[in-house]
Amino acid sequence: MTVNLSKGQAISLEKQGGGTLTAVRMGLGWQAAPRRGLFGKRTQEIDLDASAVLFADKQPVDVVFFRHLSSDDGSVRHTGDNLVGGAGQGGDDESILVDLSRVPVHIDQIVFTVNSFTGQTFQEVQNAFCRLVDETNGQELARYTLDGGGQYTAQIMAKVHRVGAGWQMTAIGNPANGRTFQDLMPAILPHL
Amino acid sequence: MTAELVRGQNHPLPQTRLEIRVSAGTPIVAGATLGDEQGRVRGAEQVAHPGAPSLPGLEVSRQAAADHRLAVDLEALGEGVHRVNVLLALPLGTPGPSRFAAVAAPFVAVTGLDGTEIASYTITGLGAESAVVALELYRRQGAWKIRAIGQGYAGGLADMLADQGLPEAGQLATAIQDAIALGVSRSVAAPPPRTSDDARVRAAGPGASGGPAPADAQPPVTPPQQAVGDGGPINYAHPRRQTSTPPPPAPVAPPAAPGEPAQPVAGDATGWSMDERLYNQVWGMFEDLARAVAAYRSAVDFADSRMEQEIDRALSDPRGRMGPAGDQAREQARAKREELVARAREALDRDLGQLTAESEVVEPALPPAYARWDNPVWHAYRVPMELPMALRIGDLQLPEQPELRIPMLVRLPLERGLWIDSGRGGSEAAAFMDSDQVKGLAVDTAVAIAARLLAVYPAHEFAVHVIDPAGSAAARLAPLTRAGVLAAPPAAGAAGVAEVLARLIERVDLVQMAVRAGAGADALPPGMDTAEQLLIVNDFPHGFDDRALNQLRYLADEGPSVGVHLLMVADREEASEYGPVLQPLWRSLLRLTPVPDDHLADPWVGHPWTYEPPLTPPGSRILEQVLGQVGEARAAWPR
Repeated sequence: MTVNLSKGQAISLEKQGGGTLTAVRMGLGWQAAPRRGLFGKRTQEIDLDASAVLFADKQPVDVVFFRHLSSDDGSVRHTGDNLVGGAGQGGDDESILVDLSRVPVHIDQIVFTVNSFTGQTFQEVQNAFCRLVDETNGQELARYTLDGGGQYTAQIMAKVHRVGAGWQMTAIGNPANGRTFQDLMPAILPHL
Repeated sequence: MTAELVRGQNHPLPQTRLEIRVSAGTPIVAGATLGDEQGRVRGAEQVAHPGAPSLPGLEVSRQAAADHRLAVDLEALGEGVHRVNVLLALPLGTPGPSRFAAVAAPFVAVTGLDGTEIASYTITGLGAESAVVALELYRRQGAWKIRAIGQGYAGGLADMLADQGLPEAGQLATAIQDAIALGVSRSVAAPPPRTSDDARVRAAGPGASGGPAPADAQPPVTPPQQAVGDGGPINYAHPRRQTSTPPPPAPVAPPAAPGEPAQPVAGDATGWSMDERLYNQVWGMFEDLARAVAAYRSAVDFADSRMEQEIDRALSDPRGRMGPAGDQAREQARAKREELVARAREALDRDLGQLTAESEVVEPALPPAYARWDNPVWHAYRVPMELPMALRIGDLQLPEQPELRIPMLVRLPLERGLWIDSGRGGSEAAAFMDSDQVKGLAVDTAVAIAARLLAVYPAHEFAVHVIDPAGSAAARLAPLTRAGVLAAPPAAGAAGVAEVLARLIERVDLVQMAVRAGAGADALPPGMDTAEQLLIVNDFPHGFDDRALNQLRYLADEGPSVGVHLLMVADREEASEYGPVLQPLWRSLLRLTPVPDDHLADPWVGHPWTYEPPLTPPGSRILEQVLGQVGEARAAWPR
């Protein structure tokens, strides 16, 4: 059962039948910009990028994004950069896989962000969403819709963080501006 | 608030201790130059680069990388320094791009030590340039400011440094590129991410392309066209997709007990044959160990730095410095560190346990090509009919678990020559031995590797030549000479060296001509040996004159693509009189050490791994036995 998250809402990643999740996937999808007339080359492609920043005690330790596709410990992996988006039908265009059982012990929060690398604001992006999927069975756990957007080029989507022995996900949905995750660092810190 | 700078814009710097972060899509080099009031760089010692990464107040990375963090302390710079230029350059002489137009626009950000960004700059609009001045930090009326520059140089580092008034710009630029290439050549080549089509063809077995060994010597054949030309039946098969039968199923792991990790099974990786599955499994174990240790080291680093910060904080409070409260704070910080390290160690031990269990089932299942000499599979050795995918040329291990050794596999046919460093300065362990002992072990290592190569190739498909100019290694080469597996007795003296080199160069030239003409092996002169060739050179540069030296360099450059490989046993110090002309030679070879030493980096995280050479256990006769069989097979099966 999917939960449509609203800003600031937190869900626990406990499995319904007990036991905690072991692997999750953060999927990002958006609709490619429509072609403008005859001159296909001149369509302005929209390149959204998903990134995950790994924090230990509020200090960034590692980051997974399109230029560093796997965290050094291998627990967080980006499946690759998509530069143009997809059909906007709900399929993921970029995904980040997190093997929660293998995340190093000192990492206590993982923040997921989305940036518009090509600079369009989210007003111009259609059908964008981000969702969290239980990687072991493909079930969607939570979905967060990006549009209704405004004049900003990035969003801090959500974080998963340790609670006791398990993990919890919190939707953040905070707009920000920047091209890559580096630009977002000041905006991320208040949410840790 | 971050200032996003455009070219030429400046911005004040609120603090003097900074971090400059660089990210680019591909590995690039980051460096810095220190200039005086006129912006002139006085000498090479004012340039921080991978070969000389630290200057007072400034440190850059030793390697080319896609991401850099440069630490800068403006107060610690010398009195006469008024400008700091942050420069980026592409590593030349590597397979990567050679102009900035071919890479994503580099991004540079200046941050405080706490990570707050002060200013950032994306360097756009670059074209044929291979080096660029990204930022300038400069002193104006006692305060430091930053300016976005983005000045590119098509002539590379040499032009850039010359532009900054450095007298020996050209030499320094060459030295920097050498240092970078050295960093690149130190790492173990990454494994192929997916098995390529041609690997599948090879694994499909005989009948696919007539055996893989001479494949390098032959141009790719195109059966459909030939068939049409001959008027024969048309072959509808895809020329490069010749897999016919599906591979045998992978062994199935027994179901795991609930709550326990699955039982490891040898060969449960993907692949079209057991050979390929084990190869992929070994690479998988290599990567898992690298990453498990990376997680552990990162946790320990974090625990250490947190403890230091907490102790610093406790000490900076004058009330708590002396009293019991201070001791307590220190005690607490230490306990927190211990607790985190213990948890990290627990996670590491779990992973190591699993990998050790996997290694315990994989090692005994390995075929000779992947097995250590002490594996019983060598006692059942038979000369193979087919070339395996790869060869084990030693073991790799990390200090966290030295008993867990990962086979170091290199693909066959060899893609790169080998260099066994016989110098005492080559490694820490060698420094404590006398030089004859190290040299002897180096020859033993060369013999062991050559024997393994001879053993895993089908009979007559691998030939070994030896140059031992002074005859100094005759005793240690005996296993090769006595078994009669060498193409000719070890060449001695300057005349011997010249003769062997001339013969191999002729072979390289003939094969290259045939390949260029698009002709097959038929175009080669009758009776020419189509086997892969390995040239072992001992005691280099003894017995080499300038002409022979050039011939050797030619073989190193042109040989690998036509099946002629080098195995050098050399001490770089002894060849130092030739100066930098030999640098490309050393760099093109994979450096191995005759004693365990941590000089190889993995392709994922870049840990230094300790390499152990594939020497036989003391007292073992296995190497002689195996070579004896190779020699008999050659005699029994005339080519």
